[in-house]
This record gives sequence, C-alpha cells and structure tokens, in this order.
Amino acid sequence: MEYGLDLEYSFNEFLKSFGLSSEIAHIIWLPLPMLLVLVAAVVGVLVTVWLERKISAAAQQRIGPEYAGALGVLQPIADGLKLLVKEDIIPAKADGILFTAGPILVLVPVILSWLIVPFGQNLLISNVGIGIFLWISLSSIQPIGLLMSGYASNNKYSLLGGLRAAAQSISYEIPLALSVLAIVLMTNSLSTIDIVNQQSGAGILSWNIWRQPVGFIVFWICALAECERLPFDLPEAEEELVAGYQTEYAGMKFALFYLGSYINLILSALLVSILYLGGWGFPIPVELIAKFLNLPINAPFIQVFTASIGIVMTVLKAYLLVFIAILLRWTTPRVRIDQLLDLGWKFLLPISLANLLITAGLKLAFPQFFGG
Amino acid sequence: MSIAITTQFICFTVLSLVVIIGALGVVLLESIVYSAFLLGGVFMSVAGLYLLLNASFVAAAQVLVYVGAVNVLIIFAIMLVNKKEDFKPINDIKSRRIISTSICLTLLTLLIRVDLTNVWSLSNPQNSIGEESTIRIGEHLFSDYLLPFEVASVLLLMAMIGAIVLARRDVMNKDISTGLPVDQELIEKSSEPLLTNKN
Repeated sequence: MEYGLDLEYSFNEFLKSFGLSSEIAHIIWLPLPMLLVLVAAVVGVLVTVWLERKISAAAQQRIGPEYAGALGVLQPIADGLKLLVKEDIIPAKADGILFTAGPILVLVPVILSWLIVPFGQNLLISNVGIGIFLWISLSSIQPIGLLMSGYASNNKYSLLGGLRAAAQSISYEIPLALSVLAIVLMTNSLSTIDIVNQQSGAGILSWNIWRQPVGFIVFWICALAECERLPFDLPEAEEELVAGYQTEYAGMKFALFYLGSYINLILSALLVSILYLGGWGFPIPVELIAKFLNLPINAPFIQVFTASIGIVMTVLKAYLLVFIAILLRWTTPRVRIDQLLDLGWKFLLPISLANLLITAGLKLAFPQFFGG
Repeated sequence: MSIAITTQFICFTVLSLVVIIGALGVVLLESIVYSAFLLGGVFMSVAGLYLLLNASFVAAAQVLVYVGAVNVLIIFAIMLVNKKEDFKPINDIKSRRIISTSICLTLLTLLIRVDLTNVWSLSNPQNSIGEESTIRIGEHLFSDYLLPFEVASVLLLMAMIGAIVLARRDVMNKDISTGLPVDQELIEKSSEPLLTNKN
C-alpha cells in the first residue's frame, strides 16, 4: 500500500527549487502540519459547540442560537471572544502557580495526541511506531492537571471534583487500554496507519466493528467517561459540586478547560472511527470503484480525489459519533459515583479482559480473519 | 554542527537541567504537594531523555506508568489525607541531616564511579533498532526475562491482596494466625449524618 500523495516531499522540492538547503526546507515544513492540525482541532471544537447547542435545543424543543449568523453558526465564535476578553481572576487564597499550570496540563496532552490521527495514507503529522500507545500514555497525564487545578483553587467543591475526575479517568483507562490492545493484537502493529490499512480489505465488511463488537462498546463507554461527558460527568456535576474543578476558573483559563474537553471529545470520536470504523476508508473500497470505472489508481486526479474522500470519510464518521455523544448527553441521567466505579471495575474490566482473551484465541484459530 | 545535532543538544541540556533541579526541589521543598507535582515533572523529563535516545516505547511506558499511575496515586494519597498537622520538632535533627547527606553523597559517588569506569556500548545510528524496539522488548519479556516478569506480577498480586485486607478490616477483623481481633484504627469512624437536626 505504498502510494499516495507525499505533500512533504513535493513541498521540500518546491522550496529547494528556490535554492534553499534541504534542512532549511525541512524546518519551514515542520510547523505547517502542526498548525494545520491545531486549526482543524479548534474549528472542530467550534462546530461541535454549535452542534451541541442546536441538538440540545432540539432535544428540549427550543430553538437554540439563531441570531448570530445563519442558524446561529457564529454563536461559538461569540462565546470564544467573550471568554477571551473576560478578566482573568486568580482567587486571593488560591495557589497562583498551580492554578495557572493546571489548565495547561489538561490541554497540552490532548493536543499532542493529535500527532497520531491520520486523515489519509500520508495525511498525519507523524507516523510514530508506538502510535496508539502514545495516545494512551498521553491521556494518563490529564488527571494530574485536574488534581492540580482542584487543589490549587482552595475550594472544597474543586478538590472533590478534581479527586473524582482523577479516580474516574484512572479506572476507565484500564478497560480502554485493554480494548485497544485487542485491536493491536489483530493488527500486529501499534501504528494508526497500519490499523486502518488492516481494515481496508473489503470496505465496510472488513471494519473492526464486526470483529470487535464488544471492544467497540467498551471503548466507546470508556472514551465518554474519559471525556467526562454525561452520563459520566460526575467531576463537574452541577447539582452537587457547582462545577467541580472548574468552579473558581474564569476567562481564558476556563476556556482552556472548555477547549480541552471538546478537543478530547473530537479526538475520541476520531480514534473510535480509526480503530473500529475503518478510518479514512470508504464503505466500498476506492480501488474497486476505480477498477470498475477503468481509471488508473495512480493518476494525480484520482489521488487527489481519494485523499479528499479519505478526509471527508474520517470527519464524517467522527461527527456521527460526536452526534451520538451529544444525544446521549441530553437524554440520559447521570450515574452515581458508586455506580460509575462498579461499572468500570466490575463490568467493563472483566469484559474487556475476556474480549482480549477471546481475540487472542480467535487469532490463533482463524488467522485469516483475525490477523495472522 | 547541523541543525539536528544542535536541537538534540539543546533538548538534552534543558531536560537534564529540569531533571536535576526538579529532583532537588522534590527533596528540599517544604510543601509536600509541590514535591509531588515536581516529581511528575522529573518523570516527564526522564521520558524526554528516553525519547532523545530513540527509545520511544520506553518513553511512553515511562509516562504511562510513572506519571499516569505512580505519581497520580501519590498526589491522590496526599490530597485524601491533607491534614494541616504541626510536626513535633526532632531533637537531633542536625546529626540526622548529616548522616542522610553523607549516605546520599556516597551513593552519588558510587554511581559516578560506575559511570566513569564502565565501558558503555554506544550504538551508532546504523545499527540502532529505533521503532523496532517494541517488538524486541516483547521478545525479551517472553523469553529470557520471563521469570523476572512473572515474579513481578506475583509481587503485584501480593500487594493487591494486602491492600484489600487492609481496606476491609471490617470483614476480616481477626488475625489469621493468632485469632485475636485486629486494631481497627485505620478504618474510618462512622461519621455523623450531615442533614440531621442536632439542636
């Protein structure tokens, strides 16, 4: 499967034609994909916030935002600008350094994880060998930021919220990692590119969701819990804890939490679509369509076409999952803390362990279906 | 010097400085919460050093295990028992400090000596395994390092059972060997309900 557009190579060649050395060209190239992904993440958050407002309005038979732009599409931008110009308050009795470092520690690992999200064969920042493992280890940093901001706020609601958030994300990380492990077992690789390519054989039929239905459900539940979305939003349960660890935050520091949680939601949706729904793959393999229409697969315009289909498919699948997450948020009640921990430790953990064991057994029994 | 080597050098200097200063802060700072958070920073910088050595799997494992599990548990424990407590002054604090400093300095000289006398087999970029290291680590864990791996898991199981026994004193309230009731001090005393009218 070594084909596809190599934007980096052509960009470097283009710069070299102006007489720049290859090192300078590489340095000019390096920030471009990172900036692009950062912009994509922020735009994704704006879209998700708008969707959240509109879908919640529909679920509650309201109209939702409608004056800022057509159908209120500019509302999230207005929200963001409002947060940007708000006063940045650090409470007098709070711990200034930790109070500032907390939101940063929450946001940075989430953005770093976008390193491994592929939108096409060569359309990702870095195809690191440890791939999906990088995301698992980066997402384990987040609880420290939450504990930090909960402690530094010097407020009992904040501290309780921070402790709850840490307990929740520690308990749900384990079934999450185990269900990813089952996928890795089938792929023989940690790289997200390999994981998608392994599902691309027969279009929709070869997606991992059919081979890993239990893993898919466990992963989705755990991803929702890691994002602290309702039904698992105990760390910021309004009725009990005001707003949990965010209680004392205002202005841009609050916006960092807000951004972090929405970027995390989109990231989780993207990863579910990569791990279980075939990533950038079209339900019918593009190669088959090209062969049917007698088009050469390596022609430039076909390449551009498949690359755009790949991006559209990835984003479409991710937003379908975001839609489900939003519907879940506005239609389900919150679980209690003991129910949450029971679900994580007594139900999801054994199930994901059994799933891993069965996957290993099936891999030995039917190597052609479960990766040899 | 090429750009790659310069970047590597700058990263190495910054990471080493963070490790050394952070570790000193962990030991010397008065506030235990700052110490715990600084410990997380030290673990992160060590992971960065692993990354510089091309060991990305070890780096990620370092972050997952030490930052994501060990350090979070330490902070968790500190926050759950965050009582403002005035410690009793220790009489012979000076001699204790001298003893502990000398022990630490001896250890440090031992490590420096090992570092200087040992002949390190440095891998050159041609034969470094890099991305393949994940597979190699797996092979080693299931062949020549199988016994240490399994012993470590037995150790973890023992720790887990011990934690359950300590936590469930209300169920297992008799000493297994002597049959005497164990002291229940570790268990939380039943608290008064908050919403009752006390008058």
